[in-house]
Amino acid sequence: MKKIFLITIVAGLFITGSCRKDSDFLDVPPKQVLPTELAFSDPALVLSILGDLYNRTVDFSGLDNGWASFVDFSEAFPSENGSYFFVQRTGWGFGEWSSWDYTYIRDLNLFIQRATAATKLTDADKTRFIAEARFLRANYYFELVKRMGGVPLITEPLEYDYSGNVTSLQKPRAKESEIYDFVISEAEAIKGDLPNDVNTKSRATTGAALAMEARAALYAGSIAKYGVTTPQVSLPGNEVGIPSALAAAYYTKALTAAQAIITQTAGSYQLYRVLPDLSDNFAAVFLDKSTVNQEAIFIEDFKANAGKTHGFTTNDQPFSISDEGLDAGRLNPSLNLVEAFEKLDNTYAPIPTKDASGNPIYYTNQLDIFAGRDARLAGTVLLPNGLFKGKRTDVWAGYQLADGSILTSNDAGNLKPLPGTTTPVQVTGKDGVINGQEFRTQTGFYIRKYLDPTVGSGRRGRGSDVAFIRYRYAEVLLNAAEAAFELGQTGIAVGYINQVRARAGLVTPLTAGDLTFDRIVHERRVELAFEGHTLFDMKRWRLAHVVWDGNQMSVTDLLSNIGNARKRNTQPYGLWPYKYYNPGSPNNNKWLFKEVLPSPVTGANRFQLGNYYSQIGNDILSANPLIVKQPNQ
Amino acid sequence: MTMKIKFHHIILVILLAATGCKKDNYDAPAQKFSGRLIYNGEAINLEYNQVPFEIYQPGFGKVGPINGTFDQEGNFSTLLFNGNYKFTIPPNQGPFRWKEISAGKRDTLAVTISGAQNMDIEVQPYYMLRNVSITAAAGKVTGVFDIEKIITDADAKNIERVSLYINKTQFVSGADQIAVTDLAGSAILSPNNVSMSVDIPSISPTQNYVFARVGIKIEGVEDMIFSPLTKITY
Repeated sequence: MKKIFLITIVAGLFITGSCRKDSDFLDVPPKQVLPTELAFSDPALVLSILGDLYNRTVDFSGLDNGWASFVDFSEAFPSENGSYFFVQRTGWGFGEWSSWDYTYIRDLNLFIQRATAATKLTDADKTRFIAEARFLRANYYFELVKRMGGVPLITEPLEYDYSGNVTSLQKPRAKESEIYDFVISEAEAIKGDLPNDVNTKSRATTGAALAMEARAALYAGSIAKYGVTTPQVSLPGNEVGIPSALAAAYYTKALTAAQAIITQTAGSYQLYRVLPDLSDNFAAVFLDKSTVNQEAIFIEDFKANAGKTHGFTTNDQPFSISDEGLDAGRLNPSLNLVEAFEKLDNTYAPIPTKDASGNPIYYTNQLDIFAGRDARLAGTVLLPNGLFKGKRTDVWAGYQLADGSILTSNDAGNLKPLPGTTTPVQVTGKDGVINGQEFRTQTGFYIRKYLDPTVGSGRRGRGSDVAFIRYRYAEVLLNAAEAAFELGQTGIAVGYINQVRARAGLVTPLTAGDLTFDRIVHERRVELAFEGHTLFDMKRWRLAHVVWDGNQMSVTDLLSNIGNARKRNTQPYGLWPYKYYNPGSPNNNKWLFKEVLPSPVTGANRFQLGNYYSQIGNDILSANPLIVKQPNQ
Repeated sequence: MTMKIKFHHIILVILLAATGCKKDNYDAPAQKFSGRLIYNGEAINLEYNQVPFEIYQPGFGKVGPINGTFDQEGNFSTLLFNGNYKFTIPPNQGPFRWKEISAGKRDTLAVTISGAQNMDIEVQPYYMLRNVSITAAAGKVTGVFDIEKIITDADAKNIERVSLYINKTQFVSGADQIAVTDLAGSAILSPNNVSMSVDIPSISPTQNYVFARVGIKIEGVEDMIFSPLTKITY
């Protein structure tokens, strides 16, 4: 009896429990996914979505892209056995540097659409979020146009109707100038909606929008002006190439946007001038993240012990000062770059290794050979015997003996006796230089820019949180100078370029008559080295195929025509210090230097006309017949 | 016991491997399509791996080329399936003229492959090097040659420079050389009997021969045209 009662109760419960409507039962709100209305109801949630979009920003060189994104173009040498292809190849594939991430553009378009439709956000939040997404979208289109030329300009999320017909989704490439116009007009449209705050650096600000506008307009102007020198690099529909008649208008826009920052309408941006030693000061531009640094405009920030760090310092620290055993020394700036830093009297001269009659010059201290140069040299490059984390690097290639022979070994730990003695001594530096020995410098130089002096920053586990600066005030000044120069306003141009130079210790101002196109090219090379500008600058000036012409470089090539914008730069050279051993000579134990091509360098960079605009993949071309191919490919 | 099981497993795997790769794999393309670039029967010499060609096989949905490049003597070869193909050279590649249907649209050559096929491709270079004689004496390599301008109509282009390259291996070009002399186009007063020389640097390990070629860089054309390779023993 009791059993039957229980069964009836249970059955009754089941029946009543199953009587709910189907829609109530099936329509369960998901617990893992936030629906759109909910996600766009709270500013903190929206910011987290936006944070993802910020993280997906595409940079050419970046501290989280790995050290190798800095090493190419003969400005540096890769000291890692797996990476010698950089200096062994004879050119770049046509697909190199291509980018075609329309998923990212769709996500940005969806974000803008959803944020616009959101009802529960305050107007102020909404305006800022939308402006930031438009900034990121314009920034990515700028990245695309630099690499690919004109691309399909999609500003709304496209929806597929499952009809089997995709022609409504197939968009042709816009003209190259139209993409630049889009970047410029978006920057103009959003600059008022973004915060006007010098201390906001990792999110978009008015300053960042104006800096992007200035750079984009300058690129467009120079492609219009210098594109005429390479008529083969253009397409009849102007998907690649900008008519030269538009040059002046773009340069004017670049100058106006840059001047808006220079006249402080976007906040009190200024050059970083804090430390008394100008080289330390220049290195600190990239290390100082406090509010004192009003030079950085838009950065990719990192935070140690919080999950967002990078291994730049681990990969590139000097070998003997490494926090991480054998992990060190990969990025070695080349002598080609070091030679480009001028003397304090504004003249170019090779690093003096030999006197007029061809005899070696002997130096008491290794650093003496670099004395009297642009302070940015020691701020960008860690020179032999340079100071890092309170220690000096130990860079030398061996003993130069009196009879002209060289005493060296295959490792610093491999000791050998000097002639006439029996006690084995160290005969090469602990930090290099030995041909083919990875993780030590093979050019004689280490990188200093971005190298983090914080304790533990060289450990793999901790990593470094030095920020990557995408836009900074010095570049804005150089952009303004270049735009003014191209517009014939040399007097204004020289005023801007002299500010940047004075900060580097070049206190004798250039006169308007001194300013040439080559000076501008040179100034950008030394100021903005390893900041991801080299390739795009050389492309927009149409100098890439001249500078990287595929011919091998001789030492004469290396030492002549310094400061000439068309100077060949196809193979990274090194400057190897040797200790002189000749007990009877006054030069005993002094240093001499030799220009050396590291033995792994067997290729010579050759930039073909087909490299000016990266190849569009065959999958893209066959999916969309409206896309035209790049020239020369 | 465990040994036995392992042994059986090995037998099983071998059986599977032996029977497994028959059915569903296509044979690799096996028909050799080769040839060379010529002008009036003379080979056109290039820099290796710098001048590309493209072969299209229409009719299979997605459109994409089979890519290849010419070698130093202007030869090419590729393995294909039997079928109909179209052969072309991408725009602005090579020191020669290729027929264009309209600006930037390149004409194609129809090629039918059934079995191995050799086809020479006739093109019209901007210049040719004639009567090239390269000799060595007194530590110098000297080249004497004539330059013939082939294209003289509206497409004619000037010479940017002429270079004499030497190398210790048979790859000789701007990227592979131990010594070079350049002569600017403006300095060439007569196209006949042009003479250039270059010092032979010390070679380690020592060898008593070098390879040499003369190349013409044409204004506005990326790829250079070369003379045939000469081996000089001294």
